[in-house]
Amino acid sequence: MTNLLLEWLIKTIIILLILLTAVAYVTLMERKVMAWIQLRVGPNRVGLGKFRLWGLMQPLADALKMIFKEDIVPIQANYWLYIAAPALSLIPALMTFIVIPYGSTITLFNRTIELHVTRMNVGLLYVLALTSVGVYGIVLAGWSSNNKYSLMGGLRSSAQMISYELALGLSIVCVLLYAGTLDLVDIVNAQNGFHGLAWNVFRYPLLIPVFIIFYIASLAETNRTPFDLPEADSELVAGYHTEYSSMKFVMFQMAEYLNLITASSISTTLFFGGWNGPFVGRAPYLGPVYFMIKVLGLIFLAMWIRYTVPRFRYDQLMRFGWKFLLPAAIVNIIISSTVLLFRP
Amino acid sequence: MVNYIPVLLILIIAIGMALVIIILSRIAARNRPTREKLMPYECGVEPVGTARERQSVKFYLVAMAFLLFDIEAVFLVPWAVVFRGILESETYRNLRYVIYAEMMVFMVVLFVGLVYVWRKGILEWNK
Repeated sequence: MTNLLLEWLIKTIIILLILLTAVAYVTLMERKVMAWIQLRVGPNRVGLGKFRLWGLMQPLADALKMIFKEDIVPIQANYWLYIAAPALSLIPALMTFIVIPYGSTITLFNRTIELHVTRMNVGLLYVLALTSVGVYGIVLAGWSSNNKYSLMGGLRSSAQMISYELALGLSIVCVLLYAGTLDLVDIVNAQNGFHGLAWNVFRYPLLIPVFIIFYIASLAETNRTPFDLPEADSELVAGYHTEYSSMKFVMFQMAEYLNLITASSISTTLFFGGWNGPFVGRAPYLGPVYFMIKVLGLIFLAMWIRYTVPRFRYDQLMRFGWKFLLPAAIVNIIISSTVLLFRP
Repeated sequence: MVNYIPVLLILIIAIGMALVIIILSRIAARNRPTREKLMPYECGVEPVGTARERQSVKFYLVAMAFLLFDIEAVFLVPWAVVFRGILESETYRNLRYVIYAEMMVFMVVLFVGLVYVWRKGILEWNK
C-alpha cells in the first residue's frame, strides 16, 4: 500500500513539474507564434548572463516580475471570494492530468510502471466534470470584483462556456458510441492496430466532423479567440480579470493555458491515438514523445487560429453555439448510431 | 475504488500550490495602497452606480436551457457506452432495434424542445 502511494506521489509530482514548465513555455510559444505570424520576431533577448539563449528565459523573467508586482485588492471586493476565485479556476485545471495516459508501460528499476497516474473506469466523465467546475472560478471572479465590467464579463464568459459545453459533451458521446468505454486508457489501447496508426479518425471517418465540433467547442470552452470576447483587451476592459493583479492574474492565465493543454490532450487521446504511433510496441519510450508531438501540434493549431481569425461578436458567438454546433452534434450522434446499427 | 486516491492527492497538492502562490505574493510584493488604486476600475473616471444592479434575464434562461440539454447528455452517455456492446453480443441480438429506437425517441423529444426554445426567441439577440 505504501508502495502504491509512493508511486502515485512520484508520478503526480513529475507530471505537475512537467506541466508547470509546459505552461510557462506555452506562453513563450504563444508569443513567438504570434510574432512569426505577424511577420516579426518574438522575445529573443532574455537569456542567462551574457548568453542570449533565444529568449528561452523569458517565462522565468515574467514570473519573477509578476511575483514582485503590487497585489491590489479593491476596497469593495468581497474579500474571501475574491481570493478564492483564481484558486477555484486553477485547481480543476490542474486535476485533469492524472487520468490521461501518456504511454503504455515501461520497465524501470525492475518494476513495470504504467504511464498514467491512475486508471479510472470513468476517466472521460471525470475530465468533463472538471471542465464544468472551471466555470465557477470565472463567475465568482466576475461577481466578487464588484466592478460592472467584471460582472458583465464574468456572466458573458460563463454563459458562453456552458453553451459550448453542451456541444463538447455531445461530441464526446459520439466518440463513446465507437469506443464503448469511458476509460481513457482503454480508448487509447484500442487504437493500437496497424503499426500504431489505427487512430480513431482513420478507423471511423465519421469522427472527423465530430473532431471539428469538439475542437471548436473546446476553443470556446477555454475562452480562446475567436471566442474571447469576454476577456479581450479592447472590449469590456479585461472582462472578469479586470481587478486582478500580480499573482492572482497569473493564476488565471495559468488556468487558461492549462485548459488549452487539457483540451489538446483529450483531443489527441480521443481522436488521434494518444501515445500511439509507429514502432511504439518495440520502444515504449516513444509513447510520450508521440503524445507530446500531437499535443503541441494541436496547441499550435489553436494559436494559428487565434492569430488568423477575427473575434466573434457575443450574439454571433451564442447563436453559433446553440443554433449550429448543438444541432450538428445531435445530428452526428443520430447518424453515427444509425451507421453502427446497420454495419457494426 | 482505491484508484481514486490520487484525486485526493492532486487536490491537496493543487490547493497547496495555490496557497503558496498567494502567500508568496503577499510576502514579496509591495503594499502601498492609494485611493485611486483601490477604486473599482472604470476607464479612469469615477465609478457611477454600484455593480450590484440588475442584469439581463437572458443569462438565467440560457442557464435553464443548458441544464435541460445537459441532463439529456447525462442520459446519452451510458446508452452510448453500452450501445456497441449490445449490437455485437449474441444474447441481446433481438433488442438491437428497440434500444436504438428508444433512444431516438428520447432525442427527438429533446430536439423538439430545442426547436421550441429556438422559436421562442431565447437564443436570439445578445445571445
